[in-house]
Amino acid sequence: MAEDLVLTGVTKRFGTMTAVDELSLTVPQGSFFALLGASGCGKTTTLRMVAGLEEPSVGTIRLGDQDITALRPYRRPVNTVFQSYALFPHLDIGENIAFGLRRRGRRDVAAKVAEMLELVQLPGYEKRRPAQLSGGQQQRVALARALVNEPRVLLLDEPLGALDLKLRRQMQIELKRIQTEVGTTFLHVTHDQEEAMWMADTVAVMNEGRIEQQGAPTDIYEFPVNPFVSNFLGQSNLFAAEVAGRSGADLELTAHGARFAAPAARARSTEGRVWLGVRPEKVRLTAPGEPAPAGHNQVRGVLTDTCYAGVSTEYLLRTPWDQEMSVFSANQSAGEPLAPGTEVVAYWYPAHSFVLDRPAGSGDEVAQYAADPLGVAP
Amino acid sequence: MTAAVGAAAGAATPGGPPPVPVEAVAGRRRRRLTPYLLLLPGGLWLLLFFVVPSVQLAGTSLYDRSGSLETGYSQTFAFVNYLDAIGAYWPHLLRSAGYAGIATVICLVLGYPLAYAIAHKAGRWRTLLLVCVIAPFFTTFLVRTLAWKSILSDNGPVVGVLRAVPFVPDDFRLLATPAAVVCGLVYNFLPFMVLPLYASLERLDGRLLEAAGDLYAKPVTTFRWVTLPLSMPGVVAGTLLTFIPAAGDYINAELLGTPNQYMVGNVIDSAFLVRLDYPQAAALSFLLMATILVMVLSYVRAAGTEEVV
Repeated sequence: MAEDLVLTGVTKRFGTMTAVDELSLTVPQGSFFALLGASGCGKTTTLRMVAGLEEPSVGTIRLGDQDITALRPYRRPVNTVFQSYALFPHLDIGENIAFGLRRRGRRDVAAKVAEMLELVQLPGYEKRRPAQLSGGQQQRVALARALVNEPRVLLLDEPLGALDLKLRRQMQIELKRIQTEVGTTFLHVTHDQEEAMWMADTVAVMNEGRIEQQGAPTDIYEFPVNPFVSNFLGQSNLFAAEVAGRSGADLELTAHGARFAAPAARARSTEGRVWLGVRPEKVRLTAPGEPAPAGHNQVRGVLTDTCYAGVSTEYLLRTPWDQEMSVFSANQSAGEPLAPGTEVVAYWYPAHSFVLDRPAGSGDEVAQYAADPLGVAP
Repeated sequence: MTAAVGAAAGAATPGGPPPVPVEAVAGRRRRRLTPYLLLLPGGLWLLLFFVVPSVQLAGTSLYDRSGSLETGYSQTFAFVNYLDAIGAYWPHLLRSAGYAGIATVICLVLGYPLAYAIAHKAGRWRTLLLVCVIAPFFTTFLVRTLAWKSILSDNGPVVGVLRAVPFVPDDFRLLATPAAVVCGLVYNFLPFMVLPLYASLERLDGRLLEAAGDLYAKPVTTFRWVTLPLSMPGVVAGTLLTFIPAAGDYINAELLGTPNQYMVGNVIDSAFLVRLDYPQAAALSFLLMATILVMVLSYVRAAGTEEVV
């Protein structure tokens, strides 16, 4: 609690547009916290309010026991790594990093700058100019320039957005290492779900100015709260279903005329209209003409697309009720991937299913029609 | 040139790089000539209308001053003309530098906030405000300056208001004082200051100012360490564009001042057109040029932005 960053009921309006809507959030001290969302979801606005670059219309921001809501940016013990890096082009790298220290009249500037350059693996770069550095190097300098001030919270605004894929992976590992090393609270804003899962110990998924779900990456991925999260963090197959009953620890569901099973412990709603969900990598395909093993949920379909991606093959399956289903299959055995047009049965363990609430009206557009549905194999 | 040699050597050496086709060499040579071809029209213009007249003027400045238009001049390399000119008119040279310097400083003080506001605070009024800055140019220099004559005159509005202020003497006047000349210079050259400043402030990335704030810089500190250094090219360009023409100006001193406020431009004007003392007029012109050059070079060196000039 001591140094947690706590946002309470924070709302930010720009004119008639509400960018952040009554958002409450606790970032525990020392955590690597990712705010994940599509562009325009309010995540950057949230970050800028913590930095002091925007003022909340309503709500409070506290850092430990200090209310920082109305504090000017230059008085806040937080520093930002900007998306564009925003390095000062007229100053050399050393002076860029020293900027914050000099403004606060700190001593031993040169030693601290050298130490930071060591940390971001750019030793001896003091005299270079920002324009002489590559994107990845500028990114490191921006990080060093913020971290050298020993902020209580480090804010990262899409810091890796401008880097190419390989460099981004490398910097993700680097950032994680640095965070572990310095132990500072990192609040990281990103639209890249893999990046968020990879680095953060807590992820908050934002949508339309609100937080949809917050938790450890595995918890969110394995058991999302709603269809938005289930499809923003990775992909999900969702089938419109209804709860028919209960057998032991499992829920019995009907979808498109077939019966399915899912653990009640993995259900957000245990009655009425629901979504039956499963992740594509949990689903397996039978060989053509073969039945699925017993005790699995299963769906018959025709392959419409086969995408070979090296480590895995991504299949698209058309179900009898004309819905597309996605299946990722790890390429563990030799042999050709299945060709489009093949009739197969997709099956998965009931324990891999999850059940989400389905408000009235959603999912009805999928025809309640099934020529030959399968459901749970006997 | 080297490409052609390389190609020839390549063709002659068996096992060396394959010979470059002739057309390719010709194309490369043409590409190398392009910058010079682009420079040609401007270069010719400068040669004809700057270098040649300058050399001629330099020659004129060394003529024997006892000659005249009727009797003709003889070239005696009379460097004494320069000493005579300095001896007689050093106050005018000093006044030129002084008035232009003061006017430039005032232009900078007025122009910087104006340019900053237009670039960063004006929003959709930006274009309109820029047009307003340039608007005075739609009237001729002469008419504008004559208008200032009536604004600053003894029974004009400015003096009338100022005389009503306590402790301002009743015989207070503006016209025919150095202040009036400087006022005219500031007014006439302000756009030359504002436009380059605007151009460099407009390019200033607002995110850098946010970054400075994030790094514990108060607004004043941000201005000192980020805004000002990044707008220095505009400051240097603006001060040069203001100072150089202001130092050579004579209309403002002529219309708003008296002979006591005359600048070196007025002297050159009368030496060329009234006294017909061509050698002295030419010598004074070169002295003005030299004065400006020395001041500009030392200024640019002090401002530390050699690369912008």
